[in-house]
Amino acid sequence: MNRQTQKRLLGIAALIVAAVIWQIVAEYVVGRSFILPSVTDVAGAFVNLLGSGTLLADITVSLEHFGIGLLAAFFLGVPIGILMGWFRVADFLLDPIIEILRPIPPLAWIPFAIIWFGLTTQAAGFVIFAGAFFPILTATYSGFRDVPKVFVEAGKVLGCDTSFELIRYVALPAAVPAIASGIRIAMGVGWMCLVAAEMFGVSRYGLGYQLWHNYYLHQMPNVVVYMLILGLAGLTIDRIFRNYVDGQLLRWRAGEVA
Amino acid sequence: MSGVTIRDLGKAFPKEDGTATQALAGVSLEISDEEFVCLVGPSGCGKTTLLRIIAGLETATTGGVTVDGRAVTGPDPKRGMVFQEYSLFPWRRVIDNVAFGLEMKGVAKEERRRTADHYLELVGLSQFRDAYPFELSGGMRQRVAIARALANDPDVLLMDEPFGALDAQTRNRMQKELLSLWEQTKKTIVFVTHSVDEAVYLSDRIVVLSPRPGSIREIIEIPWPRPRDRTSAEFAEVRRRVLRMIDETENAH
Repeated sequence: MNRQTQKRLLGIAALIVAAVIWQIVAEYVVGRSFILPSVTDVAGAFVNLLGSGTLLADITVSLEHFGIGLLAAFFLGVPIGILMGWFRVADFLLDPIIEILRPIPPLAWIPFAIIWFGLTTQAAGFVIFAGAFFPILTATYSGFRDVPKVFVEAGKVLGCDTSFELIRYVALPAAVPAIASGIRIAMGVGWMCLVAAEMFGVSRYGLGYQLWHNYYLHQMPNVVVYMLILGLAGLTIDRIFRNYVDGQLLRWRAGEVA
Repeated sequence: MSGVTIRDLGKAFPKEDGTATQALAGVSLEISDEEFVCLVGPSGCGKTTLLRIIAGLETATTGGVTVDGRAVTGPDPKRGMVFQEYSLFPWRRVIDNVAFGLEMKGVAKEERRRTADHYLELVGLSQFRDAYPFELSGGMRQRVAIARALANDPDVLLMDEPFGALDAQTRNRMQKELLSLWEQTKKTIVFVTHSVDEAVYLSDRIVVLSPRPGSIREIIEIPWPRPRDRTSAEFAEVRRRVLRMIDETENAH
């Protein structure tokens, strides 16, 4: 048996053991599905939810919120990070503003998100944006600050004679690993904000919305189902992103220890 | 054609307390076309600063540098540079590293790759054209860096201790290859090194700098044909002379 299969088998075995312990504790120690739903309760709830047909709509709506927030964070965070990382004046100008806004917890933006956007998809997107923007901004900024000087000088002597060319052909490619890990952090924060943002009824579907809705209905097995789906969605998107980045953008780093 | 004229060059680096460190003072040097010149001297003598001023990466405080009669005002692909550190762009394949300068010039992909292939062949690395820099050894990376500088067809090739990080054997082989490249391409080369042995082996003239402030102590002509024999008596004699000179300039302060 090789290492890979061994790893996989042990992982599966541990999952099974954990599920069995969970089942025993839920059923014989706690004994109340409201406090701790058992594995079979959750499995049953999952089958019911599949039958009810809203799962797909929930996932779609949540992905929409998540997508709006992340894309806005990306398209604002990367350019501002580039400006601040490359041009000293931009850094001096924007840094105080960023430093005041950054420590504000993203969820503190929820009241204004609702006032500005109403109970809409955009309001949820804005809260996720508030959480995802700063990790992307700071990662881009430090990625640009850390571009080795010798690359910039090599670019200059090889004919890059404008800042635009140096950014486009030297600094940006050098900063891609930093930006990619900033995006991964931002996605983690984004899921966190999503659950809170959907709490306020910005939509009638959504994984976060359903989680709260079922809590109000005291349907705790359903709550667990939505918790697991949220985790799985985060994991899947992170995996897809990482595979894309490692396979397409960062093939040149294959020799390095990540 | 591609001569370098350095006239009364001075460079001061400002310090925190408002005073300045005089890195170079009163340096004048005439480097003729197709000449191979090495700059040597103890650390702190400003040899790298001098090279960077010729490259246009630093600006002189007084005096100036002209190449082909044109004043140096900033970096220019007409003056190729090979750095001591590995400077290949790790995200580009070897071929696209070599083609980088041509890409900046706006040369079409087909044509710039053809040119890059030619220079890769010149440094003997054609079979690595599609590799990424991390797949190459230190010596190979520096060969690619030389090919990348040459692909711009510069008037002058500036080299800042390019073999400093290589082991002794690789270093000797690289020196031999550089001389053959120099004979084929007929570039003017200004080469900074710590190794007196390397300087005697390579150059037409050795410029010995003395520190604080960096200035030219002496220029030694080496008229012998190449390849030179490192073990010969005259080789050892010149090496001893230069080393003694460097020693004296270091201890004089």
